[in-house]
Amino acid sequence: MSLFQKVLSQVSDSSIEWMGFRQVREVTKTYYVRDGLPEANDRNDTHGVMVEVLVNGQFGYAATARLTEEGLHQAIQSAKTQALAASKYSVHKFTSAHRPKITTQYQSTSQKSLSSLSANDLLDEMVKISNKLKISDKIIKTGAFVRTVEMDMHFVSSNGSDASQKFSLITSDFDATAKNGNIVQTRTNSGLRGSSHQGGWEFFLKDDLWNRVNLVAEQAIELAFDSVECPSDTRDLILKPDQMMLQIHESIGHPLELDRILGDERNYAGWSFVNQKDFGKLQYGSPIMNVTFDPTPKTEFASYAFDDTGVPSTREYLIKDGLLVRGLGGVESQLRSKLDGVANMRASSWNRAPIDRMANINLEAGTSSFEDMLSGVQSGVMMESNRSWSIDDFRNKFQFGCEYGKLIENGKLTKTVRNPNYRGITVPFWTNLKKVGNAATMGEYGTPYCGKGEPNQIIRVGHTSPICLFENIEVFGGAE
Amino acid sequence: MSFSFKSYFQKLSSAIFSELQKGEHLFLNLSGDDSQFVRLNSSKVRQSGVVENYFLDFTFVLGEKEGELRKVTAQITLSMNEEHDLASLREWINQFRKELPFVPVDPYAVLPKNKTEASNHESSGKILARDEATEKLIEAWNGKDVAGFYAAGLVVRGMSNSAGLFHWFKGESFSFDFSIYTSSQKALKGGYSGASWNPENYSQIAKDSIQKLEALEKQSIKIKPGDYRVYLAPAALSDVIEQLSYGGLSELAIRQNKSAMRFLRSSEKKLSDQFTLIEDFSEGLVPRFNEEGDLSPEKSVLVQNGELKTTLINSRSAKEFNLIPNGANGEESLRSPVVLPGSLKESEILAKLGTGLYLSNLHYLNWSDEVNGRITGMTRYACFWVENGKIICPIENLRFDETIFDLLGISVVEFTDFDEYSPVTSTYYQRQIGGVRTPGVLLSKMSFTL
Repeated sequence: MSLFQKVLSQVSDSSIEWMGFRQVREVTKTYYVRDGLPEANDRNDTHGVMVEVLVNGQFGYAATARLTEEGLHQAIQSAKTQALAASKYSVHKFTSAHRPKITTQYQSTSQKSLSSLSANDLLDEMVKISNKLKISDKIIKTGAFVRTVEMDMHFVSSNGSDASQKFSLITSDFDATAKNGNIVQTRTNSGLRGSSHQGGWEFFLKDDLWNRVNLVAEQAIELAFDSVECPSDTRDLILKPDQMMLQIHESIGHPLELDRILGDERNYAGWSFVNQKDFGKLQYGSPIMNVTFDPTPKTEFASYAFDDTGVPSTREYLIKDGLLVRGLGGVESQLRSKLDGVANMRASSWNRAPIDRMANINLEAGTSSFEDMLSGVQSGVMMESNRSWSIDDFRNKFQFGCEYGKLIENGKLTKTVRNPNYRGITVPFWTNLKKVGNAATMGEYGTPYCGKGEPNQIIRVGHTSPICLFENIEVFGGAE
Repeated sequence: MSFSFKSYFQKLSSAIFSELQKGEHLFLNLSGDDSQFVRLNSSKVRQSGVVENYFLDFTFVLGEKEGELRKVTAQITLSMNEEHDLASLREWINQFRKELPFVPVDPYAVLPKNKTEASNHESSGKILARDEATEKLIEAWNGKDVAGFYAAGLVVRGMSNSAGLFHWFKGESFSFDFSIYTSSQKALKGGYSGASWNPENYSQIAKDSIQKLEALEKQSIKIKPGDYRVYLAPAALSDVIEQLSYGGLSELAIRQNKSAMRFLRSSEKKLSDQFTLIEDFSEGLVPRFNEEGDLSPEKSVLVQNGELKTTLINSRSAKEFNLIPNGANGEESLRSPVVLPGSLKESEILAKLGTGLYLSNLHYLNWSDEVNGRITGMTRYACFWVENGKIICPIENLRFDETIFDLLGISVVEFTDFDEYSPVTSTYYQRQIGGVRTPGVLLSKMSFTL
């Protein structure tokens, strides 16, 4: 009998309507080499349990790293005290049905296991990358970054849940900075930690690694020495998938979170321009826009079999043919809002309670080839790799900056553009989506850094997207 | 007898230091909190719970001479059971003993030293009982629409190294960060924080906030993008200073040309001669010691009258660039920033603003061109259109995009003669401590783009 089963069998408090344990052990290894020298060689081993109890229709929680019978019993009592005190002021009454029984097992698949490479081997490889990025004296800084995560989660509850998920995750990046007088430009492999996947070393030690390293270095020099400032006007805009991921994240993912729509988040990250009555009615964007919540692709960063309340996860359309059809809300938000949702109540670790989060939010492929897309643009700019982002508390007015751009003139890519930025307002922007790239233009990315919640939580999300064309977008340059 | 975290950390430190072999060195850093968290929406409880989490960060260094050291850093979660925690620590260290001889030398790693005085700060507070907090938080608002977050309890920070240095910081505190809403979803931001909960003070804050909300009941107007004269209240200016914290005054960031403060160093640009920024630990709200046990000066002037006086230099940057470290942390970020006040009296703010925007809070700041110092962000909460020295009505949120050389430079008219402390309420990974002390500032121009 596991420790959790044993403790469950010892609790005879009839006022507790439901009780659950979510144990997490997560081992993170982070390596960073700068200018050919090791700067970070770091391990993080966190281990603890979140205890949740339901009393008087109110959940209370207690997180502890004291993984003993005594420690768990103390946590149960603490959680009960919180639930009881709060139950007089519940935002909604819940039942044990909102923590359904689950017995599923899930495990990431890796082609090259994370345990197959030693720290020494890896650091050697990263030193090599950092050195190879220094292709000229014009490069003033180089870096190589890898973070791996092995996470085990075990969920046991008083209504029969006994389920586990084992995740293997990898984030990698490399960067080069070039300087030309006061012009300083940095190019990375895919924006800030955009190369984030579920799996193993196959996502870092790829066949095209050295070509990518060389390209990043060359493009850094190109940006600093052979580029033009981004024009400031309104024109067509083509976004590559490593920028689309953040456009999707900030202007689709967050505004569709039901807890935001219900106001839970408004004291921190904010509210949403989307209202409960908008589902099934709001034309969010152009009819070629199809967006899913999809926790099923094995290699995408935030795939999982069930969320942290034990609800099995399935792929669902959020936006179909441009129409808003479903929100990003777990079982509690669905009950409160009386809207359909998804299995997305997730916590950052054992010491935080689950809230509505994105998982993988993906834009489906369309029909345009990149060449077709380009050929129709008379005057535009193409941007890739995010470097700056900001959006208002209702998720309307956004501004993004990218690392690398290209002018589009008469259907052709011409000069390299530095400091490419654009801004817009969510629904008009997505309404201006004119072409969606076909499957050949798709890219899979993610980020380990999605922040939200009180107490604050950082969580992993994934996004896949094709290349997209938007019309009449305000673009502008830097502050040189 | 209650559990002594300090004794526990001392015992853990002594035990593991005694097991070190020749050429092995350790830095230990304890951090964590035992907190109650209550999240409110519409003056009801959305989530409520307690979290007890303590983490031990350690740096294991191998070698005898700086310049030839190998090192690894790690963090484990403490169960507060000595036997268990020592076993976890030993397991990782044994693994590092096998691994470290083969990893590349880190030329900028340092050996532990015992050259500073040990520090010891312990303060107790008077916070709400955990079974009473929810009721006391909610009842003061008389059913008004309040969303908020209460975090309260113990926070500890400790540092020790195998050369015998020991620093300790422990305090009890609370913060209630809230926003109160009109029926048309306009909001006022507020907060109550400290070490001793005073029910009268809390009740007064609630009453004042409810009263101030009336100003937001008027219909908001939409302001066209463009340049406007602006008053930034202390909370809004603190967001700008926090943005500077991320790499702005870091020695490494300046050397790498990542920070726009490079232009201050080269004297190509300057900030307002009214702007002085110091790191000030004299209030004792955050520890002066860093991860390696170095103590920051109690006060150090970073920017004086618009000119860069010093930067944040940690031991790593000091080694790399042959400088003297000044106790900066690993990220070389601001830990206790204070902007010195000016002469603008509170009663004169509206009259001197004349016609323009009164901004109480900003939101979601980010560098839009970091190397050139341009920041974008939004207005949020209680922000108003002012005409001829009178508040006319609230505004719809606006986006700005402006360089620090404007915001803290040529656009500065005057700083207020009062300041406010904006406490850090962040709880990413664990409860954070500290805050930013700033005055308000009157600006001749701020550029709004959307």
